[in-house]
Amino acid sequence: MTARAVEGWTLDPLTTFVQEAGARLVLLMTPAGQVLAQSGFTRAVDVMSAAALGAAIFASTTEIARQLGEPPFAGLAHQGERHGIFLAPVTTDRGPVVVLAVYQLENSSLGLVQLFFEQLATDLRAASPKGVEPKQVLAADFERELSDSLNSLFGR
Amino acid sequence: MSANGYESLLSRITSVRGVRGAMVVAGADGLVVAEQLMEGIKGAAVAALAASLATRLGRAMEAGGVGTGVFWHLQAERGALLVVPARSGMLVVAVAEPGVNAGLARLELLRAAESVA
Repeated sequence: MTARAVEGWTLDPLTTFVQEAGARLVLLMTPAGQVLAQSGFTRAVDVMSAAALGAAIFASTTEIARQLGEPPFAGLAHQGERHGIFLAPVTTDRGPVVVLAVYQLENSSLGLVQLFFEQLATDLRAASPKGVEPKQVLAADFERELSDSLNSLFGR
Repeated sequence: MSANGYESLLSRITSVRGVRGAMVVAGADGLVVAEQLMEGIKGAAVAALAASLATRLGRAMEAGGVGTGVFWHLQAERGALLVVPARSGMLVVAVAEPGVNAGLARLELLRAAESVA
């Protein structure tokens, strides 16, 4: 399974996570939905959808936590009949990174994904560029940024 | 089963000399349901990896036509992992020292598996 990254520092941690946790699809993105890296996706449109939906879920749960007076949730898991979804944030020097992982219940489990997510978080923190201000994305630039990311990921 | 029920069930296993910890693990998820572990044992990691191993061993046994697993004893250099799958899909897991009385530990694990089934 091929992993590709818009930001190179994410690639090794992502590759290790995919191998260890047996995840089928993984997306690393900013809370705004900017894609940093992906593994397992074959179509740009799927990455776009997953990033938008993942960012929306993350925003919703963060807001629920805020209304409850809680810090943002550490992770969110949803299990279907054949697949499970795991969504969790990692704080890095580059800014917050949201990890969306989809795993097949036949090959992996929530326990494994959670276990190796901790390693992924450690690896991402260690690999993230230090002393770089997280770039703010303006709404006007978002579509172009997204298009650039997808071009970079799918080589178009 | 109540939290107290799990506690007394795990206490019987950990009272066997040489057992350093015991857990009930959800086999499908690899998540800890209940645990009694000595310090230094990473419960979440043992649970996730034991459940993954259980799934693969189960498939190997099925492919080999030998039926479902009843008791697994994985001996390592510095200890052992003892696992009994319950009918409910839970796993009863013990982490033990190399010199554990495996027979007695097995008996307690089987009793516990009957209770969680």
